[in-house]
Amino acid sequence: MAEHRPSPDSEGSGWQPLARSVFFTTTLGAIIVVSVVLFYIFSGGEDYIARLIPALSSYAGDIDHLILLIAALVGFWFFAALFAFFVLLFKYRARPGHKASYLATHEHQLETWIAWPHWLVIACDLVIIVVAVKVWHMVKQVAPPPDTTVRIIAQQWSWTFRHPGPDNKLDTADDIVTIDRLHVPVNKVVHFQLRSKDVLHDFAVPVFRLKQDAVPGRTITGWFKPTRAGAWDIQCAEICGIGHGLMPARLFVETPEQHAAFLDAGAKSAQLPGGQPIY
Amino acid sequence: MSGQIIATGRSAAGMPTGKLAVWMVIASEIPIFGGFLAPYLMHRVGHPDWGQMAASLNVWIGTFNTALLVTSSLFAMLAHAAAERGNGPLAAARLRLAAYGGLIFLCIKAYEWYTKISHGHVPQSGTFYGYYFSATGLHGIHILAGVAILLAIASQAEKGKHLGRVELIGIYWHFVDVVWFFLFHIFYIIR
Amino acid sequence: MASHSIPAPGHSEPLGHHDAHHEEHWFLKYCWSVDHKMIAKQYMITGLFMAIIGGFFAYVFRWQLAFPNEPVPLFGVVTPASYNMMITQHGTIMIFYVAMPLLLAAFGNYLIPLMVGADDMVFPRLNRASYQVFLISCIILIWSFFVPGGGFGGAWTSYPPLSASASYNLTPSGSTLWLLAVALEFVAFLMGGINFIVTAMNARAPGMKFEDVPMAVWMIVIASIMFMMSVGPLFAGSVLLLMDQNFGTHFFDPRTGGDPVLWQHLFWFFGHPEVYVVLLPALGFMAEILPVFSRKKLFGYRTLLYSSIGTACLSFFVWAHHQFIAGIDPRMANVFAATTVLISIPIAEMMFVFIATLYGSAIQFTVPMLWALSFLAEFLVGGVTGIFLGASGADIHFHDTYFVLAHFHYTFFPIAIIGSFAGLTYWFPKMFGRHLNEFWGKVHFWITVISFNFIWMPLFFTGIMGDHRRIYSFTNFPDLMTPDRVLLREISSVATAIMGLAQLIFFANFFYSMYRGRKAEANPYNANTLEWQCPSPPPHGNFAEMPTVYRAPYEYSHPDRETDFWPQHEPPAGAGALKPEGAH
Repeated sequence: MAEHRPSPDSEGSGWQPLARSVFFTTTLGAIIVVSVVLFYIFSGGEDYIARLIPALSSYAGDIDHLILLIAALVGFWFFAALFAFFVLLFKYRARPGHKASYLATHEHQLETWIAWPHWLVIACDLVIIVVAVKVWHMVKQVAPPPDTTVRIIAQQWSWTFRHPGPDNKLDTADDIVTIDRLHVPVNKVVHFQLRSKDVLHDFAVPVFRLKQDAVPGRTITGWFKPTRAGAWDIQCAEICGIGHGLMPARLFVETPEQHAAFLDAGAKSAQLPGGQPIY
Repeated sequence: MSGQIIATGRSAAGMPTGKLAVWMVIASEIPIFGGFLAPYLMHRVGHPDWGQMAASLNVWIGTFNTALLVTSSLFAMLAHAAAERGNGPLAAARLRLAAYGGLIFLCIKAYEWYTKISHGHVPQSGTFYGYYFSATGLHGIHILAGVAILLAIASQAEKGKHLGRVELIGIYWHFVDVVWFFLFHIFYIIR
Repeated sequence: MASHSIPAPGHSEPLGHHDAHHEEHWFLKYCWSVDHKMIAKQYMITGLFMAIIGGFFAYVFRWQLAFPNEPVPLFGVVTPASYNMMITQHGTIMIFYVAMPLLLAAFGNYLIPLMVGADDMVFPRLNRASYQVFLISCIILIWSFFVPGGGFGGAWTSYPPLSASASYNLTPSGSTLWLLAVALEFVAFLMGGINFIVTAMNARAPGMKFEDVPMAVWMIVIASIMFMMSVGPLFAGSVLLLMDQNFGTHFFDPRTGGDPVLWQHLFWFFGHPEVYVVLLPALGFMAEILPVFSRKKLFGYRTLLYSSIGTACLSFFVWAHHQFIAGIDPRMANVFAATTVLISIPIAEMMFVFIATLYGSAIQFTVPMLWALSFLAEFLVGGVTGIFLGASGADIHFHDTYFVLAHFHYTFFPIAIIGSFAGLTYWFPKMFGRHLNEFWGKVHFWITVISFNFIWMPLFFTGIMGDHRRIYSFTNFPDLMTPDRVLLREISSVATAIMGLAQLIFFANFFYSMYRGRKAEANPYNANTLEWQCPSPPPHGNFAEMPTVYRAPYEYSHPDRETDFWPQHEPPAGAGALKPEGAH
């Protein structure tokens, strides 16, 4: 392999022009990455994701913000790589009189020039990890104290929601049980206890950016705080059998007046004989 | 056919092809047994009540079986020594002894399973027994396959053919032995 | 041709074999052969056949999603049960029965002996057994579609308790047969993998040092080792799940002390490395094709090698990113988010290596080269979108949406489809001794790649907008039936149908060229690696004289040479003629 020593003036020669262009690209990249990060730190970012799907929970904006931060950081690498790729494709297309060059210097010299983008990628990764873990921690690991708690029971193929009723306590006589309709008050911290009767299900509310698997035999708690009144889809996001596509539910985020009316109606129906759920 | 293949005779990595392959087989078997043992251990930590079920296993039978397999492995090793010296008949005799050790192990194991099942401890009656039966069952299949290969290689070695294979089956037999060591400890000893 | 002694086709009989003298019975030749090239072709044809089934399923359920509850042309009305069955089998088929047999088994079998200069695999009969087990597994899988209750419909991940109990999945025999087929497939690939590893390690031609081994061989070997290390736990898990399904045990049943999440750990401990098991061979093909058609040495052989080994090791520590919201301890997600995002480093290095190889080259845009280049561009999209999913906070929103599907189709399509097409078009002259039609090859390339982007680009957006996967019809969700979402889905589905039709061009070109194509000489591309130094197609036993290797595989455009290539087996000036293989 070491049969040949390169002549320094061999055509298109060697690694130095390559090294130079890699250096310039990465320096430029570093500047762009740093400015993107600074921009996000100081501007808070505009919520482009919310134009695609409304962001209606207290943490939806943070998740969207994280998504956009990642989009900016990896977007740089994506476009830089694609740009370099197409420029090289055009510049070095085979044509009469053009001959490929031969890189013969030892690889470790070349690898120093891979090291630059390498460290930049690590820097981007660290930023992403830190922000991702921060958001994750806020959504999944800690929860603000609850204003109310609901129980969500998934089964093949419907949702049962147990609301605490006027006394705001679960497992009391005035609980309101509904099927496929969840009623929560706006601007209140709602905790949920997620259970499953049979197989895995997943409580997913895209407008809240919320998703949590329901595992039979366990009670998994989580929280959300709706920020706007309205009615939205609840999807099951974990395949649960033939009827997986047939278990839609509806989430009603209610103003205090609407919610009071719901509690009132529920309290009346709970006194019906048998206490059957209202639909 | 395979005797004519030049590739099989090469050893660019410095180890005979057959031996390398046996090590690869073992390398792929370790994760399989790991797939039984790691979940078992993780659940064992979370279920102190499994200790009572583990207590129902007979440690003395387990110990005897362990000794049996160690002895059997020893004979496989002695068979290798004999094969190295080119003594085919002696290697064959020792391989057969090793195989008989495996067979007795299986008989004792069958008796153990029989007593468990007759006491109502079937795989369905609890996750502990599920793991116990599936892990020892898989190990039993390996013993059975090992016994068959031991006997086949013994009959070849008797005629002085393929003496190199004595070492290969020995490596596999030691591996099956080591797996049993793990099974014995985590099912019988840990309470 | 350079001045060295390449045997022209038909000039000499391979050593030690006399099969060519008499016509073998067709069954022995095509179905019972131990020749690695025939076994490779068996894997290839089986894989392509399974790809047709998997692709047809994709077309049917995509059509159902765009035009819900209308009869699908060529199929009929899609019921929830048949929808679930088709998405499950599409995933299973494309990963286990297309990507694995094509990339790993077909090309592994074909290339490893040729590239390392051996006459066959070290264990030819084990090799044949591997294919036969695989074939049985295919038959069981297809049989499972037609049993009472229908094929298994619990997704290719087969999460219990749904998959563990017929009372939940309503496919009593389908789920067991599915699991049996997949477990047999694992056995087949374990046997094949041991053969690949041992052949590449031990049967290398004299003089072939580790750094003279072509990248494709390295990658297939690393992939086989990864497969060997990762599949064991899932094999054990499959046995446990089979027992749960059929013998009433409770390993995954929470009511009696079992744990449904255990399966997810076992599955993804295999499932994530599995992505790299199929990625690495595809990358290996790129490392063969790019230098040949850019006439330039591969940039950073060692970098590529070490970063693939790094990726392989790291991929064993990322599996739980599939389970962030599956009910695992939320603290675990932080660790796995970090390891997952860090895997971008070795992958990015691989991309740098490939892109830097183009620098200073002379690129010929042949069909295999187009496939290889499009692999880089498309895989880049898949790579960068993976970061969104690895970042645990963002994954809360993206998990199980079409964003995930778009991401992994942007990785898997380049790997399994583009990689296979690159390999098939590149090695076709070697395999069949004839050239594919270049014009129709390009037509097929452009239609496939453009329609692919039209399938999946829109689905990134429907995913962000809240479409979840495995839902057979979005009509039940008022939020998901807005006109923009419906339009995006329709674009995607129509593009799927177009892409499916375009594959007819490929198959016509493939089978026509196999018999009527322009004849290919031994080394049509002026390539260096050993497979091009034997006749096209290689006879039984491959090389007339077993080659000796003198140099690394990618010495293109060397300034001291008149020709722009330097075959690996050509002796350096003054070193004498080829030495025959030593005594055996």
